[in-house]
Amino acid sequence: MSILIRNGRVIDPKSGLDEVIDVFVNGNTIEKIDKHIRKTGSDVRSIDASGHIVAPGLIDTHAHLREPGYEWKETIRTGTMAATKGGFTSVVCMANTNPVNDNKSVTDYIIQKARSEALCRVFPCGAITKGLKGEELSDMGELYESGIVAISDDGKSVKNSAVLLKAFEYSRLFGIPVISHCEDEDLSRGYVHEGRASLLSGLDAVPAIAEELIVSRDIAIAKYANAPVHLTHISSGGSVNIIQHAKKSHKKITCDTCCHYFSLTDEATLGFDTSTKVNPPLRSKEDVEAIKEGLRNNTIDIIATDHAPHEGTSKDVEFDIASFGISGFETAFALSLALVHEGVMTLPDLLRKFTVNPAKLLKLPYGQLAPGKVADIIIFNPDVEWKVDRNSFLSRGKNSPFHGWVLKGKNLLTLVDGKIVYRDKSFKA
Amino acid sequence: MNWTKKDLLGITELSKEEILFVLDTAESFKEISQRDIKKVPTLRGKTVITLFYEPSTRTRTSFEIAAKRLSADTINISASTSSYVKGETLKDTAKNLEAMNPDVTIIRHSMPGAPHMLARILDSSVVNGGDGAHEHPTQALLDAYTIREKKGTIDGLKIVIVGDIIHSRVARSNIFTLRNFDSEIVCCGPPTMLPPHMEELGIKVEYNLKKAIHNADVIMMLRIQKERGGVSYIPSVKEYSAFFGLTGEHIMNAKKDVIIMHPGPMNRGVEIMDDVADGPYSVILEQVENGVAVRMAILYLLLGREK
Repeated sequence: MSILIRNGRVIDPKSGLDEVIDVFVNGNTIEKIDKHIRKTGSDVRSIDASGHIVAPGLIDTHAHLREPGYEWKETIRTGTMAATKGGFTSVVCMANTNPVNDNKSVTDYIIQKARSEALCRVFPCGAITKGLKGEELSDMGELYESGIVAISDDGKSVKNSAVLLKAFEYSRLFGIPVISHCEDEDLSRGYVHEGRASLLSGLDAVPAIAEELIVSRDIAIAKYANAPVHLTHISSGGSVNIIQHAKKSHKKITCDTCCHYFSLTDEATLGFDTSTKVNPPLRSKEDVEAIKEGLRNNTIDIIATDHAPHEGTSKDVEFDIASFGISGFETAFALSLALVHEGVMTLPDLLRKFTVNPAKLLKLPYGQLAPGKVADIIIFNPDVEWKVDRNSFLSRGKNSPFHGWVLKGKNLLTLVDGKIVYRDKSFKA
Repeated sequence: MNWTKKDLLGITELSKEEILFVLDTAESFKEISQRDIKKVPTLRGKTVITLFYEPSTRTRTSFEIAAKRLSADTINISASTSSYVKGETLKDTAKNLEAMNPDVTIIRHSMPGAPHMLARILDSSVVNGGDGAHEHPTQALLDAYTIREKKGTIDGLKIVIVGDIIHSRVARSNIFTLRNFDSEIVCCGPPTMLPPHMEELGIKVEYNLKKAIHNADVIMMLRIQKERGGVSYIPSVKEYSAFFGLTGEHIMNAKKDVIIMHPGPMNRGVEIMDDVADGPYSVILEQVENGVAVRMAILYLLLGREK
C-alpha cells in the first residue's frame, strides 16, 4: 500500500523545505518528494492536499495518558485517538500513573499496551525518584533499557537538591534528559496565580517566584553536573528571563511552554470555572506577553500540551478541590497557530517547536519530512475556523477552558508509520 | 429601579445603583424589627434554606430571623448534619435541594466560588453567606448601611480596615462596596496579611496603625482568620496585638465622631480592647441589628425580582 499526497504546501522545518510539491509514501517510508510525481495503480491511494499544509507529524514532549491506574480518566487508546486528531504522531507520557512508572514492569506494560492499542507512537517518561517521592533514585538504567526517553517527577519538583544532583549526574550515563517540573512546594500551596485576579477571587494563590526559584535552582544543579536539563511547562515571564540568560553560559538548557500559558490569563479564573485550574497556574497578561516573546526569540524551544484529562466529577466540584489540568491534545495545535496568525512567528518556526526541537531533545528519528524517513505526516489547514466542542473530544477528559472558542486552523489527516490513523470528516481522502 | 438579579453572589456583580437600592430597601424594613409584632406576610409560602458548611452564629441567625419576619419558612442545614460528611458532592446536594423547590438558598462555605457553583445548578435564588476568603456581600451591605446611617453619607470619609485582610472575605466585600463611593479606603495590618496588588484597586496601604487611623471617620477591625492559617502569618498573637490591637488611646488620633466596627466574632484583647469594643464609639451591636434589615431587603428583592 502506498500513498501519494499531491499539491500540498510541504513544510519540513529540518531541511528548510517549503513549497508546493508531492510526497510519495511507500509502506511506512517517505520514498520521494518531488514535483508532479506520477504513480498509478490500485494500491496507490492518491490524496489531494491542494490548499493545505503537509508537515511532519507533531511530537508532544509532555502528556498524561493515565494508564495504568486511572483508566477512567484516559487510556493509551483514547489518549492516542485524541492525540492523532490533534496532529500528534508521537507523545511522551509522564510517570505519574498508578503504579508510578519507576520500574521496568510499568514501562514494559505501557510499551506493550501502546503496541497493541495506540494510534501513534508512545514514549514513556520514567520517574526520577521511586514513587515520585523525591527520596531515592529510580532504576534509571533498567528503565532506559525498557524504552524510556526521559526522566521526570512531573507533578512536583524533586525537593531534595542532593537527590536531584545525583539524578542529573547519573542521567549522563544514558544521555537522557531530566525534565524538571519547576515549583517550590512550600510556596505553591494555592490554586491560582498570585495577582490582581487572586486578590479579587480570594482563591489561595501561588506567586510566580514559586516557579522561578526552582528554574534557577535546577539550572544551577544541571550546570554543576554538566548535564542537560529540560524545564517543562514554563509559565512566568520571570522564568523566561532566567532561562534566556542561563542559556548563554550553559548550552544544555531547553524548555517548553504549553498553549494555555499564551492563550489565557489568570482573569479566566475569576468565574471559578474549574477547567481553568491548571498547574502551574494561568498567569498575568504580562507573563503571557513574555511567554510569546520567549517563543519568538527561541528562548522557549518547544510547545507541549501537558494534556491532563480528568473525568467530570473531579472537575465538577469546588475550585479548591478540583483536579489540576486541561485536556489539551485536541486544541493545542490550533491554539498555537494563533501565534502565526498574530504574527509572533512564521509557520515553519512554529512547526519547529512541535517537530525538530522535541525530536532533538528526545533523540528521536522523527519530526522530519524527507526521503528515507518514516512517514509520520499531517495535513492541516491553518485557516479553517471551527468551534471547540468538548463533548466531541475523543479524549475521555472533557476538561477544557476552550470549550466554545472558535479556533483558526485544523488538522485534517494524520499518518503514522505510513498509515492513516485520523481523518477529519470534512477532508476527502 | 427594578431588581433583576436572581442571586447575590458578590458585591462585584452589583452596580452602585443596586447597592444603594438595597440600602434604601433595608431602611423600610428596619422598622419592622422594632415593632411589638415583628412579622409581615410578604414572603408567606416561600421557603428559605440556609446551607452552612462553616460555623456561624450571627449570619445564620440573622438570615433566619430576616426570613421569619417576612413569614418565609426556614430550614437550616449545617455541614455536620448534612450528607457532606458522607462524601456527597456540593453538586449533588444542590440537585437534591432543588428537588424540594426552595425559593432561596443561603450558602456559607470555606471554599471561594462554592455559591457560584450552586447558583449555576439551581433555578432558584442563591445568596452568598460567605465563601472562603472571597466575599461576604450581606456583611458589606450591612456595614455600608451602618456607615450611611451614622454618617449620613458614604462619600468623603476616611475608612480604615485593620487586620488579616488577605484572608478576609469581609474586607474584600467591603472594599468592593466602598470603591463605588468617593471615600478614602486605607488597609492596615502586618505586610504578610496585606495581599499584593491592593494599590491597583485604589486602596491605600499603611502598616502603622497609629498613622492609618489618623483622622479616620470609620475604623473596621477584623479578627485573625485562624481557620485559614492566619496565625502562621505573624510571629505571635501577642506581638500582633501589641502592634494592631485597637486601644482607647489610638482612637484619640481619629476624628471625634469616629465609629468603630467589627463583623464579629471579636477576639477581645487581641485586635480590639474592651474599652473600645464597649466604648461610646462602638457600633458593633448596631451592625448586628442592621444585618437583619439588610437581609430582609435582600430576600425581598431576590424573590420579588422581575423575571
